Amino acid sequence: MDGLKRGAAVIVGVAESDLGAVARDMSPIDLMAQGIHRALADCGLPMRDVDGLLCATAQSRTSGLSLAEYLGISPAFIDTTILGGSSFMFHVAHAQAALQLGLCNVAVIAYGSTQRTIGRRQASVREYNPYETPFRPFLPSTAYALAASRHMHEYGTTREQLAAVAVAARQWALLNPAAWEKEPLTIDQVLSARMISYPFTVRDCCLVTDGGGAVIMTTAERARSLKKPPVYVLACGQAITHANMSSMPDLTVTGAVQSGRQACEMARLGPADIDVVEFYDAFTINTILFLEDLGFCPKGEGGRFVEGGRIAPQGALPVNTNGGGLSYCHPGMYGLFLLIEATRQLRGECGARQIEGCETAIAHGNGGVLSSQSTVILGTQATL
Amino acid sequence: MERIAQSPLAVYQAHLEKGELAYQWSPEAGKAVFYPRVICPYTGSDRLEWRVSAGFGAVYATTVVHPRDGTPYNVALIDCDEGFRLMSRVEDIAPEAVKIGMRVKFRVHRPGGDEPPCPVFVPLETA
Repeated sequence: MDGLKRGAAVIVGVAESDLGAVARDMSPIDLMAQGIHRALADCGLPMRDVDGLLCATAQSRTSGLSLAEYLGISPAFIDTTILGGSSFMFHVAHAQAALQLGLCNVAVIAYGSTQRTIGRRQASVREYNPYETPFRPFLPSTAYALAASRHMHEYGTTREQLAAVAVAARQWALLNPAAWEKEPLTIDQVLSARMISYPFTVRDCCLVTDGGGAVIMTTAERARSLKKPPVYVLACGQAITHANMSSMPDLTVTGAVQSGRQACEMARLGPADIDVVEFYDAFTINTILFLEDLGFCPKGEGGRFVEGGRIAPQGALPVNTNGGGLSYCHPGMYGLFLLIEATRQLRGECGARQIEGCETAIAHGNGGVLSSQSTVILGTQATL
Repeated sequence: MERIAQSPLAVYQAHLEKGELAYQWSPEAGKAVFYPRVICPYTGSDRLEWRVSAGFGAVYATTVVHPRDGTPYNVALIDCDEGFRLMSRVEDIAPEAVKIGMRVKFRVHRPGGDEPPCPVFVPLETA
């Protein structure tokens, strides 16, 4: 990562596509295109300027081809890296590399999913693993539940502490008009909801929605003439530790330790310098693990850290201010939405959920079953 | 170059057919390897020896899956004493009674039909 320059690449446009339950027969590529159209409008760039294309979806084997054809472009740079829900954080690093090298000038990162409309099983076909599938793990929930069981065993983390993560996410979602969930949630409601894979009830698990969106990146130089202030990519870090849960080295420690360390070194910032935190909360244990592994609290303290509304609105540390995958939207590969929310917070566009004086943000993506971890640190011009 | 006559999975399943839990040993790394592979993930070497586990281990992590229709069941990660970990389940006790650290012993499960046998575990005290 030595080659990436702090602040050389910027995010200039962000947008969601339609979210939640989209119109019948909409395709993932329709949603990508809608997101790109809106994100280009957000920054004022025309489609003809797009010469870098990055995308991922579980529903198209060659989404790069489909999307380029659909948009009517022949991009000079294309990347369809797919490593689960964190793919879009990897895309940010790859787009920055391409922008720095002059392989492209305007890069679009896009995502689309219709998993709610067509059913999760159709949207994301699981590969048969002869060493795991016979035991019928309900994936991904069971894999994360195993990690939670280990965290509870080693550190005394409780189901109530896990539930506090879901409750905080819901409180944020109630401040976000785009969020799927509209009703308040209590710790008791989380605990008494339908059990999925112990210790998780359905309220410990992310939503199953449709959705998509896009992020437009360019060089800091090019951004000067655009209509909104750019959001600077201060750092990227990434780590892959395994693919399947039975091969994860330690179920209580994720690759976020490495990805976070890399990102903090490049950004020359530490956890105490971060104003707003966006974590990939596929399950309630994720937020606890990433708070620990990215250095917001010591290992094992994550459960106690989230108690008492500390990560909820008005808490000491704002985490998942859009409502997260737990209460805002989760179309299967959620990482792109972390970048959208972090960018909006840094621009001061978040209305009732806006964090005052927000200059730095962390967007941490998770993919697979805690398998791929990718950290992006963003900042305003004041942080350069 | 020598052609591989039998896949790592086929060797593993042939052992299970005989009621054995097989794993690989990397002499260069001095470590057990699981799942079975063509090359060692620690060294990159293709020198991997097959060994048969004594079948003893401990529960490393555990959950109970609650299907929408049907009976809840256990899924666990088991650390075998030879130094490898695998996904499995603990049988003969209630799924929620499976605890981390519990000593367990391997037993072969034969689902029948076209499905190959697979390794499950039972608590050591009742084995």
